[in-house]
Amino acid sequence: MTHRFVRAALAAALLLPFAAQAHKMWIVPSATVVSSDDAWVTVDAAISNDLYYPDHFPAQLDQLTITAPDGTAVKPENPWTGKYRSAFDLPVPQAGTYRIALVNQGLFANYEVDGQKKRWRGKADELKAGIPANAKNVQVSEMASRVETFVTQGKPGGDALKPTGKGLELVPVTQPNDLVTGEKATFQLLLDGKPASNLKVTAIAGATRYRNAQGEQETQTDKDGRFSFTFANPGMYWVNASSEDGKTSVKEAKQRRVAYTATLEVLPQ
Amino acid sequence: MRRMLPLALCCLAAPVAAADMNLTVEIPTLKVAEYHRPYVAVWIEREDHSVAANLAVWYDVKKASGEGTKWLKDMRQWWRRSGRDQAMPIDGVSGATRPAGQHQLRFTDGKAPLGTLAPGHYELIVEAAREVGGHETQRIAFDWPAKAPTHLAAQGTDELGQITLDLNP
Repeated sequence: MTHRFVRAALAAALLLPFAAQAHKMWIVPSATVVSSDDAWVTVDAAISNDLYYPDHFPAQLDQLTITAPDGTAVKPENPWTGKYRSAFDLPVPQAGTYRIALVNQGLFANYEVDGQKKRWRGKADELKAGIPANAKNVQVSEMASRVETFVTQGKPGGDALKPTGKGLELVPVTQPNDLVTGEKATFQLLLDGKPASNLKVTAIAGATRYRNAQGEQETQTDKDGRFSFTFANPGMYWVNASSEDGKTSVKEAKQRRVAYTATLEVLPQ
Repeated sequence: MRRMLPLALCCLAAPVAAADMNLTVEIPTLKVAEYHRPYVAVWIEREDHSVAANLAVWYDVKKASGEGTKWLKDMRQWWRRSGRDQAMPIDGVSGATRPAGQHQLRFTDGKAPLGTLAPGHYELIVEAAREVGGHETQRIAFDWPAKAPTHLAAQGTDELGQITLDLNP
């Protein structure tokens, strides 16, 4: 056994427990509440274990969808993808709430060729070309995920948070940029536009590097898809829910995985 | 003389003056390397935290192209409860930042910016936020209208000094 071989095996072993526990994808703005129509925010997006430290993989900005308070799509300024994170700037001239989302809809496939396990991911129309004809044990699943955050200039509101009716989405009961410590914040989760009931929702505060425990807060959506959190401490919170069902858009996929993540800022009183 | 009478009556009635409030806000002198005058907001909240009146907002009114409004959100309680609903500047309320020292403000019932407060329990709130400095909020609870002259006070610790509120019926 060469040195390199041992090191590779060791690395794989060390990585395994991390691989089992999914990395977190996130998007975090430099500010969520702004008071000037010539203010900008700058936004980071990445995939990592710790919040909000980019140390693993950048988020892909081709999934980025920014919606202005008037409902129109906005392009990011200065988009950039680096080793560990993607970043971009966003001027926020309109009064109201901007929705900044990474929306990922696609297919995953696991298959074998000559006994070798392979993986593929792509869009529905790329599936046929993407998997070799001699592939065996082909398992295709569908994924619909939304990772988003919100920025408000002036008073919260506007059309950006209107649900699209696809996948898991958050509807504000409490405005997502109106969160302060000690006050109950309530939201509704929709799955394909309908209330997503009995879904576990987890919230984890950022700055995980500076504490020992993840400190998850968990709750469950009610029959109307509503859930609430009362945050004791200010900070950025990673709020996540996911589900699985068989409502796929292509016949090759038997299973669909839907996930929703929001970064919500809670300010001190 | 007869014609003068109604006028005399009117003026004799004048001592039944409208209730008023005299407020003193102290901005402390701070020995810091980089000092900027604080942004200060003064307002009155009802018991449900809704805003009954904005009394003062001191910020960089004159900075070019609304640059001064960029930091209004640092007065985060005021911003959330009232500021974000306002079009700045607010006539008769907003003004330039003030230097360290005691600042006297007088408000009269029925006149802007106090307006007419329904009888009830209120809180006067003074919030200060300073660039490269700290943030502080002080609250003084009071009943309106006062039945007798009332002196109330709160002592700031960092960004605010003594706050006094004198209510006259």
